[in-house]
Amino acid sequence: MHSPSRTLRIEPAQSWQGLNVAELWRYRELLYFFVWRDIKVRYKQTVLGALWAIIQPVAATALFTVFFGRLGGLSKQVNGSYALFVYVGLSLWTFYANAVTMAANSLVGSSHLIAKVYFPRLLIPIASIFSGLVDFAVAFAFLLVLMIVYHVPPSPQILTLPFFVLGTMTVAAGAGVLFSALIVSYRDFRYVFTFVVQLWLFATPVLYTIDIIPAKWRLLYALNPMVGMIAGFRAAVLGGPFPLDLVLVSAVASVLLLAAGLRYFTAVERRFADVI
Amino acid sequence: MSSNAITIAGISKRYTIGLAARKMNFREAIVGLATAPWKRMRHLAGHGSTATDFWALRDVSFDVRVGDVVGIIGANGAGKSTLLKILSRITPPTGGFIELDGRVSSLLEVGTGFHPELTGRENIFLNGAILGMLRSEIRRKFDAIVSFAGLEQFIDTPVKHYSSGMYVRLAFSVAAHLEPEILIIDEVLSVGDLHFRNRCLGRMRDMRDEGRTVLFVSHDLTSVRQLCNRAVMLISGRVAADGTPDEVTRRYEQMNRDPGTASGGMAERVNPPPHYHLSRVELRNASGAVTREFDAGDTMEIHLWASSRAPENSFTAEFRLLNDDDEPISFGSANPIRDTYYLAEHQHFVCRLGPLPLTEGAYTFNFTVRVWNQERWDFWERAIGFDIHRCDLFKTGHGVTNVHDGDFIIQQEWLVGD
Repeated sequence: MHSPSRTLRIEPAQSWQGLNVAELWRYRELLYFFVWRDIKVRYKQTVLGALWAIIQPVAATALFTVFFGRLGGLSKQVNGSYALFVYVGLSLWTFYANAVTMAANSLVGSSHLIAKVYFPRLLIPIASIFSGLVDFAVAFAFLLVLMIVYHVPPSPQILTLPFFVLGTMTVAAGAGVLFSALIVSYRDFRYVFTFVVQLWLFATPVLYTIDIIPAKWRLLYALNPMVGMIAGFRAAVLGGPFPLDLVLVSAVASVLLLAAGLRYFTAVERRFADVI
Repeated sequence: MSSNAITIAGISKRYTIGLAARKMNFREAIVGLATAPWKRMRHLAGHGSTATDFWALRDVSFDVRVGDVVGIIGANGAGKSTLLKILSRITPPTGGFIELDGRVSSLLEVGTGFHPELTGRENIFLNGAILGMLRSEIRRKFDAIVSFAGLEQFIDTPVKHYSSGMYVRLAFSVAAHLEPEILIIDEVLSVGDLHFRNRCLGRMRDMRDEGRTVLFVSHDLTSVRQLCNRAVMLISGRVAADGTPDEVTRRYEQMNRDPGTASGGMAERVNPPPHYHLSRVELRNASGAVTREFDAGDTMEIHLWASSRAPENSFTAEFRLLNDDDEPISFGSANPIRDTYYLAEHQHFVCRLGPLPLTEGAYTFNFTVRVWNQERWDFWERAIGFDIHRCDLFKTGHGVTNVHDGDFIIQQEWLVGD
C-alpha cells in the first residue's frame, strides 16, 4: 500500500466513517487494474468470448418474445417489433443484472486480497460494474445492427443515451455496494439477492410498456430507479415520447440508493477482514 | 515533529470468539438483534460477556525511530500477526492509535492477487498495483523485476504453467522492487526454501543499509539478531521485553526453556476440561538437548507434561503435525497403549519420533490429551513449532524444500529393472 509522504493515523473503527474521496482518487490506478484484470480473465476463460455478450440477451429476447409477446399477448401494446423492443430493454437490463450480481459477490470472491492487503474496499464492487461495460458495448453494437435490419433510424434523442448508461451504473453501484457488504456479514443474502434481481426484472418495464401501469401510479412506480433508466434508454434508442417525469424520479431514487449503499458500506468496511 | 517513523500508542485488539471463527447467518443476526438489549443490560449490570472475548493485543506501545530495524518476536498466538494486520490497516484496533510517518509498504505474503490465467507480465502489473506501485513506476522497473526473477523467457506465459519456484521468484521480485520509507514485513513469507529465505534476508539487509525503517515479524531468532538493531517481544498480547536483539532473544530463549511458561497457556484453549490439562511441551534431539531445530533423518523426542487435579485412568495423547500452510500432514496417537497411561498430579510423557522424513521448512504440532470416553479434552493448538534446517536424504548436496517438493519423503529403494 502506498500513501503520500505524510502521517497516516490508524484508529479504532467508528460507525460514522465518511467516504474518503481523496483516498479513492489516489487509488484510481488500482481500480483500473481491477477492471483490466476482470476483463482479461473473463475473455481468456471463455471460448466464445465477446459473443456471450450477444448470445445472452438474444436468447432471452427469443424466449420472452415467444412466451410474453406471442402467448402472453404483450406484443399488441408495442408499436413495431416486440423483439426489438425487448432486446433494447434487455441489453441494458443484462448489463445491470450482471454488474450488480458480480458486484454483490465481489467482496466474498476477493476475501484473500482483503485478508492480506489494504486498499479502499469500495474499489472491488465498483470495478465489477466497470468491467461489465465491455459486454454492454458489444450488446449495444449488435443493437445498432438490429436497428438497421428493422429500419429504425436513430432520433436526436439518442444523445441522451449516455445519461441512462451512467444512471444504470449508479443503480448497480448502489445496490451492488449495499449487497456486497451485507453478503460479507450474512451469507444468506446471496440467495436473497438472486431472488431480488429476478423479481426486479418484472418490476421494471423491460418486457412490457409503462402504459400498462395506471397513470396515477407511475411516479411511485419510478421509485424503482431502473424504471426511468429502461424507459429513458428505450426512448433514446427507438424514439417516441420522452418520459421526463419518470426519468427524474428514478434519477433521484438512484442517487438515494447509492448514498444508502455507500453509507452502509463505509460503516462496516473496516470489519471485513475480521468476518470474511 | 519527532523522528519517529512509527508510533504505536496503547493498541488493543479484541476478538469475539465465535464471531471470528464462524460466519454469522441472517437468522443469527436477527436473534442477536433481539437479544442485544438483554445482553447489554447484563453487561451493564456487571455480568459481562467477557467470557467470549479474546484480547489478541492489550495496550501495546512502542516507537520506532527512522532507520530502525525492529524485530517482533513471540510465540504463536502472542499477537504478532494481529499487530501486523493492524499496522497494515487490514483490521482496525479496538483501542489506541498508530501513527506512521512516511510511505508505507506492508508485505504479509508475496504474490497477493496473482491470477493464474494471467501471464507473468500481466501479473507484475497487477501485483505491483496491489502493492501500491504506480503504473509508471512498474513500467520503469519492469525489466529489472523480470531479470531479477530470471524469467525473461516465460514472461508471456500464464503463471498457471509456472513451477512453484518460478511463481515465488516472480512474486518476490515484484515485492523486492518496492521502495517504501517504512517496510512492514512478515517473516512467514520467507519460510521454506532456504535459498529464497536468504534472498529475502539479503533484500532486507539492503533496505536497512539504505536507511529505510523496517518492522520485521519473525520466528527466527538468528535473523532477528543478524538484521535488527532492536527487538520487541510479545507475550499474550502485551509487550514483554523491548531492547537490543541480543537481550530480547536471549530472554525469549530462556522463557521457552522455563517450564512454567512454555509457549501458550490456558488462555488459548477453547472449552478445556475442568480438571486436567497439558502444561508444557518440549522437543529434544537424539542427544537429549532441548531444541527446535532438526535435520531430516534426525530422531525427535516429544516431552509432554500434563497435570490433573484428580488421578485419571485411561488417559491418552495425540498429535497432529502441520506444515507451514497449517495443513495437517501427519498424525500420532498413544491409543494402542492407552490403558497403561495413568495421569497423576504431574505426569511426564515421552513420544520418540523418527527418523524424520521431512523436507526443509517450518512445522508445527497440535496436541490433544483426553481421558478415554470423556467428551471434553484439552486441545492445544499450535503448541510448538520446529524447523527442518537441512534435508539432504538423497546426498546431492542440494536441500529438498517443502516449497518445491512436498512436505515429506517416503522411504524408497531404486533398482534397475529387466
